[in-house]
Amino acid sequence: MSQVIGAERTGARLRAGSGLGLGAAVLWLSLLVLIPIAAVVAKGFGGGWSQFWQAITTEQAVRTLRFTVLSSLIVTVVNAVLGTLLAWVLVRDDFPGKRLVDVVVDIPFALPTIVAGLVLLSVYGPNSPVHLDVYGTKAAVVLALLFVTLPFAVRTVQPVLMALDREAEDAAACLGAQPPTIFRRIILPLLLPAIASGAGLGFARAMGEYGSVLLISGNLAGTQVASIYAYGRIQNYDFVGAAAVSTVLLAVSLLVLLALDLLQRRASRRG
Amino acid sequence: MASPRRTRYTLRSVAVVYIALLVLAPLVVIIAKVVGDGWTAFADAVSSEAALTAFRLTAEVAGIAVVLNTLFGVGLALLLARHRVPGARLLNAVVDLPISVSPIVVGLALVLVYGPVDGWFGRALADTGIDVIYSTPGMVLATTFVSLPLVLREVLPVLHEEGDEMEQAAKVLGAGALQRFARITLPTIRSALSYGVVLSLARSIGEFGAVRVVSGGISGAGQTQTVTLLIEDKYEQLEGGTYQLALVLVAVTVLAIVIVSLRRRPRTDGVAGSA
Repeated sequence: MSQVIGAERTGARLRAGSGLGLGAAVLWLSLLVLIPIAAVVAKGFGGGWSQFWQAITTEQAVRTLRFTVLSSLIVTVVNAVLGTLLAWVLVRDDFPGKRLVDVVVDIPFALPTIVAGLVLLSVYGPNSPVHLDVYGTKAAVVLALLFVTLPFAVRTVQPVLMALDREAEDAAACLGAQPPTIFRRIILPLLLPAIASGAGLGFARAMGEYGSVLLISGNLAGTQVASIYAYGRIQNYDFVGAAAVSTVLLAVSLLVLLALDLLQRRASRRG
Repeated sequence: MASPRRTRYTLRSVAVVYIALLVLAPLVVIIAKVVGDGWTAFADAVSSEAALTAFRLTAEVAGIAVVLNTLFGVGLALLLARHRVPGARLLNAVVDLPISVSPIVVGLALVLVYGPVDGWFGRALADTGIDVIYSTPGMVLATTFVSLPLVLREVLPVLHEEGDEMEQAAKVLGAGALQRFARITLPTIRSALSYGVVLSLARSIGEFGAVRVVSGGISGAGQTQTVTLLIEDKYEQLEGGTYQLALVLVAVTVLAIVIVSLRRRPRTDGVAGSA
């Protein structure tokens, strides 16, 4: 998901063949992504601003959006802290089983979300072998979101930590700085863009998550996230209501992506 | 002041316990559940008619989606890496968008454009006898959408890193475009390409929300339930076989991840964001 921008301006000019290829790619992107997304926004605003506003300010829509943002923020903070910790342990520590931890971190990225919800339920649901049942609570939603967003922060911080030059740390240690000071004053500032970027990607993912939350949230009004609400609207043929909430979700992901892009550009300019 | 060694053990324990509780324990419990239910229950669950149809449908949809994303990903990566493309920045951003769009929004978006009743293009397509929504083409579109950038994001960094000197040299020596691609470009990107394919395949097999919206989740005759939809349906209906089918997908996923992570060389180039 990195932004490897076509920064080099040295590439060849487009010729007939490659121009045709680019045309095909753009056409495909339009048919698959751009036009459908435009259709959502158009549907959401189809009845004008007031209808859009009405659709996203019903009691349930407000409650749902508020809860979705809140739980995504909690998940983002936890990921920023524990994701950095995990990346740190994977890069700087060495212990038997480290390789296993490294591989396991990636599993949530590819595990089908409905299966993720199901396996979490089997441990933290009504038939919990450890008698810890969170089914249908707000904590259950946060748990599911933590599961699906686990790889994001770890995998963005890890490569930066690996590439970090350790000379500054050694120098600081020679001058008598304690490890916590070295971390806070030297390492953390260098990691911050990566931490923000990983946590931000996790936030965007959490805002739109559906499958993993579906089973474990128990389909209650208080634990409903935006995607489940939007699906319910679709089931009731209320496409305007679904599109309005979807437009809010799209705006949030777009804002997050924009912010991360700016952040990355600033970080790379600083070197 | 805690000693460095104690700090190290504390951090290590937090990391291991977190991973164990969040990911490992749930996977172990589901394996134990399926093993406890016995072999017959497993065989019955995965060989029922609905399950076989779901497997076939999932393979078909995911297979087509992966082929489309591979063609698109390799093609666009080559264009972005080797040519001056107008609007490259924007193109890059748009390609990444699907990763952070909610699957329900993806499904809704496709229904609004390709739906048979009042979709922008859907009605015209329906008039010519092409069903997209509530049918396989729609499910292919939804699956392709959600896994769109995965091949591109693996291949593009490698193309950037390796440069095009070899290709230029081959060109000077008289190799045609196809020959250059087959002999030089393809071997260069081979491992990145295979990771991209494995990741998109895993992601495509597991897609749930977007496919649920566009497929209508029809069971029985004219089934449009893929494996993930069948799992959800069986869970809601309290039918047996949920965990058995889920374990099949767990196995596929874990296999895919193990293949990719064990063979991927660690990225030390400091490119933030290469998940």
